[in-house]
Amino acid sequence: MFENFPLWPARASTMAGNVDALFVFLLLLSAFMCAAIFSMILIFALKYRHRANVEAEQIEGSTMLELTWSIIPGGIFLFIFAWGAFIFFQERTPPQGASTVYVVAKQWMWKLQHEEGHSEINELHVPVGKDVKLVMTSQDVIHSFYVPAFRIKQDVLPGRYTIAWFHATRPGTYHLFCAEYCGTMHSGMIGNIVVMEAANYENWLAGGRASGSLASAGQDIFQQLGCVTCHRTDTQGRGPNLVGVFGHQVQLEDGRNVLADENYIRESILDPPAKVVSGFKPIMPVFQGLVSEEQLNALVAYVKSLSAAPAGVAATPSMVPAGSKQ
Amino acid sequence: MSDSPAVLDHHNPELRHHFADMGQQKNAASLGMWLFLGTEVMFFGGMFLAYLIYRRWYYPEFVVASNSLNLPIGAANTAILICSSLSVALAIRAAQTNKRVQTVVMLVLTLVFGLAFLGVKAKEWHDKFVEHHVPGTSFHFEGSMPGHPEAKINPAHAQVFFSMYFAMTGMHALHMIIGVGIFLWLIYQAWKGRFNSEYYTPLENSGLYWHFVDIIWIYLFPLFYLIDRHK
Amino acid sequence: MSSVAITPERPNYLNQEYGVRSWLLTTDHKRIGLLYLMSITFFFFIGGFFALLIRLELLTPAGDLVLADTYNKLFTMHGQVMVFFFLVPSIPAVLGNFLVPIMIGAKDLAFPRINLLSWYVYMVAGLIMLHCILIGGADTGWTFYTPFSTAFSHASVIEAGVSIFIAGFSSILTGLNIVVTVHRMRAPGMTWSRLPLFVWSQYATSIIMLLGTPVLAITLLLVVFERAFNLGIFDPNRGGDPLLFQHLFWFYSHPAVYIMILPAMGVVSEVVACFTRKRIFGYSAMATAVIGIAVLGFLVWAHHMFVAGISLYSALVFSLLSYFVAVPSAVKVFNWTATMYKGSIKFTTPMLYAFGFIGLFTMGGLTGLFLACLGVDVHVTDTYFVIAHFHYIMVGGAVMGYLGGLHYWWPKISGRMYPESWGRLAALIVFLGFNLTFFPQFVLGYLGMPRRYWQYPQEFQVLNILSTAGATILAVGYVLPMIYFVWSMRYGKIADGNPWHAAGLEWMTPSPPPTFNFDETPVVTWEAYNYEEIPAPEEVRIER
Repeated sequence: MFENFPLWPARASTMAGNVDALFVFLLLLSAFMCAAIFSMILIFALKYRHRANVEAEQIEGSTMLELTWSIIPGGIFLFIFAWGAFIFFQERTPPQGASTVYVVAKQWMWKLQHEEGHSEINELHVPVGKDVKLVMTSQDVIHSFYVPAFRIKQDVLPGRYTIAWFHATRPGTYHLFCAEYCGTMHSGMIGNIVVMEAANYENWLAGGRASGSLASAGQDIFQQLGCVTCHRTDTQGRGPNLVGVFGHQVQLEDGRNVLADENYIRESILDPPAKVVSGFKPIMPVFQGLVSEEQLNALVAYVKSLSAAPAGVAATPSMVPAGSKQ
Repeated sequence: MSDSPAVLDHHNPELRHHFADMGQQKNAASLGMWLFLGTEVMFFGGMFLAYLIYRRWYYPEFVVASNSLNLPIGAANTAILICSSLSVALAIRAAQTNKRVQTVVMLVLTLVFGLAFLGVKAKEWHDKFVEHHVPGTSFHFEGSMPGHPEAKINPAHAQVFFSMYFAMTGMHALHMIIGVGIFLWLIYQAWKGRFNSEYYTPLENSGLYWHFVDIIWIYLFPLFYLIDRHK
Repeated sequence: MSSVAITPERPNYLNQEYGVRSWLLTTDHKRIGLLYLMSITFFFFIGGFFALLIRLELLTPAGDLVLADTYNKLFTMHGQVMVFFFLVPSIPAVLGNFLVPIMIGAKDLAFPRINLLSWYVYMVAGLIMLHCILIGGADTGWTFYTPFSTAFSHASVIEAGVSIFIAGFSSILTGLNIVVTVHRMRAPGMTWSRLPLFVWSQYATSIIMLLGTPVLAITLLLVVFERAFNLGIFDPNRGGDPLLFQHLFWFYSHPAVYIMILPAMGVVSEVVACFTRKRIFGYSAMATAVIGIAVLGFLVWAHHMFVAGISLYSALVFSLLSYFVAVPSAVKVFNWTATMYKGSIKFTTPMLYAFGFIGLFTMGGLTGLFLACLGVDVHVTDTYFVIAHFHYIMVGGAVMGYLGGLHYWWPKISGRMYPESWGRLAALIVFLGFNLTFFPQFVLGYLGMPRRYWQYPQEFQVLNILSTAGATILAVGYVLPMIYFVWSMRYGKIADGNPWHAAGLEWMTPSPPPTFNFDETPVVTWEAYNYEEIPAPEEVRIER
């Protein structure tokens, strides 16, 4: 609307329209309810204002009315719940094949790593019309990744990954806010999401100092830290072969089956005894405190790259915290 | 009607002016104490919840840490507390049967048991301090995964066990200390002959409090000391 | 007509004994209610002062009035003081203490000395909070989220935590007293179904206080321990879980909001009944609703955590349950509206506050539907939309209920009438100022302005200016009653026992009441709100 006085946020993602539609429905419903109640009150206030010699009529109540105005609103509420739940399910389910951006939040900045290897600070360039999945963690306190124009928000926690995704629909520059209070410069922890036309995005990618993709950086770390000595690609390794693991089910020693998603990989590095693969011993050293968040992201990206596109497994994000036994 | 309880009540020096009779006063006091104990359940409940969650997540470390606690001392403390609940029940019985001296003796016995418990607990905590099992910068704990001697447990998870241990036994001990204070006051009042078959409400309600503190310990003992001990 | 000289008075609770000791060592529930009135009014203005500073800073997009750290402390202390030292005690400890015994025909609460203890506990907590403020305060937000509060904040977190922990005990003791009183001290004939709805709402509130507050107590204590003794219960680097804190915190803090609103709903029921001169429509439904809200309120806490990292399925469950708790709240609004039908309505100050409550609570409650809705909440949580929502309920609802109640029972409490024109004027100023302050914040929230922001992008400025303008108007509306209530104690028209010709036992005893409330214990043979038996101020009656 007005340049300096907007009344509605821009719509720049596929979810924005859905969220707005539900919001507008709620606005209309609320406006209707307010109008109905306030006008009844107004009418009663005027019609039944105190006049000398006119008494109030004592009315006990009406069970029928009570039931009616409990059940009908209840039904409307259930409808709102269902609609909202449907949208929420979409918001929480990144599509398969989305490209991944790794986000590390810290007081008071956003660090973003593209799969192709580009790093950005407080700014994220993305192509229009593509699914982008965010794999996020914090180095210190809880933050929250919020892009009003996309209608997405997800808290970013220390110690585990949380996931968000979007599909940008309009080129432009949009606010990125931290939405969970995190200390002194919480309000300064803002940035931009720069959505570009495909060609411009390619140019941008090419122009950056490409020091290799994130996965290749991860491969370097995999060698430096000695992971390769146990996690061999033959059957002789003391650790499981990691080729083809990501995105599939893994059978654990205690009989459970878990999905090998980003949090599983992360936990396996930081707290190996938590989930031991069936047929192997719990001898992997603990890397908690020995790898930075960026290194972890690179390792995760590397392990991901060892899988073909996961067959038949929806990339449902697991919100499993590090160290939990689920 | 002249000997009705209501009339007798008005002569009872313990009747507070806003109550109609002793029965109403006693009922109110009892209900108040039960409600208060309900709040205590909620209070400890938060910690029990945290314990349960972390135990489920870090079971092997909880096993190893639990086995490092001193079982005989913990068991002895449990026995001491159970005896103290018996002695306070006997104190109430003595008051109900107008035996002033016996009331005092039983209350003193309860107090002694309570102090014994606290003394034993102090020793236990001291031992933990010496072994560097107190959470914080000087925490140090090593152990292996049960059944896998070559695999080390994660000491951070063991630290969570000890954090919960100190938080919960500490909060329990604080309640015991408050209980000791209450019983000192009760002993003084009983000695002065305040309690008899007509009026023993403070004894009864304090007894309820004491039983509650005992029950908390009866939950704490197996949850902290007895994890996987049967092997 | 106002009297300047005080005519020789019959003994009442105010003049029975004089002197500071008689007040500080009183066990009279009415005096204790007034002690609380002094204290919470003091903290209201402290919290309000912080709010003004916040709104002044937000006049401009840049952070140019105070430092960022100072701003973070301002909103933290505003929240902590307002929630724990004003809203939670307000109606229960002032009006509840004063009125519940009288309304049920008792001489006092069940435990008068514990009542006094609860005020002292509150004062100790309050003094610690004041000290905490003077040395800089906490900067964690009133929500104390870990690991920021346990391992990163450099501010006075422990002191703030200890202060609130102690204040919680005051709350528990008050709740305990009221529950036992309602169960055990009702006068002969005062059955549960004859209780005024104010008593029902106080009872429901007290249940929440008893069950919920201890969980906050232990949660804050664990934060204090973690900070003081370097435990690792909430530290992810040591296997702890920050989300555990959030679950424990909100397990209390969601029911806490019902502690803050249910008493105000009780006030509204009394006021609406009196100034429509009829029984509340649907008494049973209204009583059931307050108990229902209290119970259901314990089942919805994680709707504060939809984007916090909980599982999809948890979110679904809590969203669904949150819609259930909305139903009884809506039912109450419908019943108050229905009460006005064929009533005989007078627009006194308390009634204006009641109208304001109904309107603003309706708006605030409807916006709760937005927040319970998962798809929308993702966008608006942690923004000014939430701030607007809860201020509509807390300020537009609870504070207006409190002010309405103060005005309604002022003659009973003080023996004097407040000046009616000033009362109405203040009510109007509050209503207008409130809406101007908080309605723009809904828009700001949907636009995406996050909460707790010291500085903000330029395009949010106009709405922020509107909001600050409203806040200054609102402040005037709050200061006026302070002035004229004090004025009325000396110059106000002398009130008789029942100046409003209202139903209820409190109006059947003199104003101010004698120390033991009634000269003889009443025996109740009538239903609540028996307005058909109470003559209106004009004697001649013609049936409609």
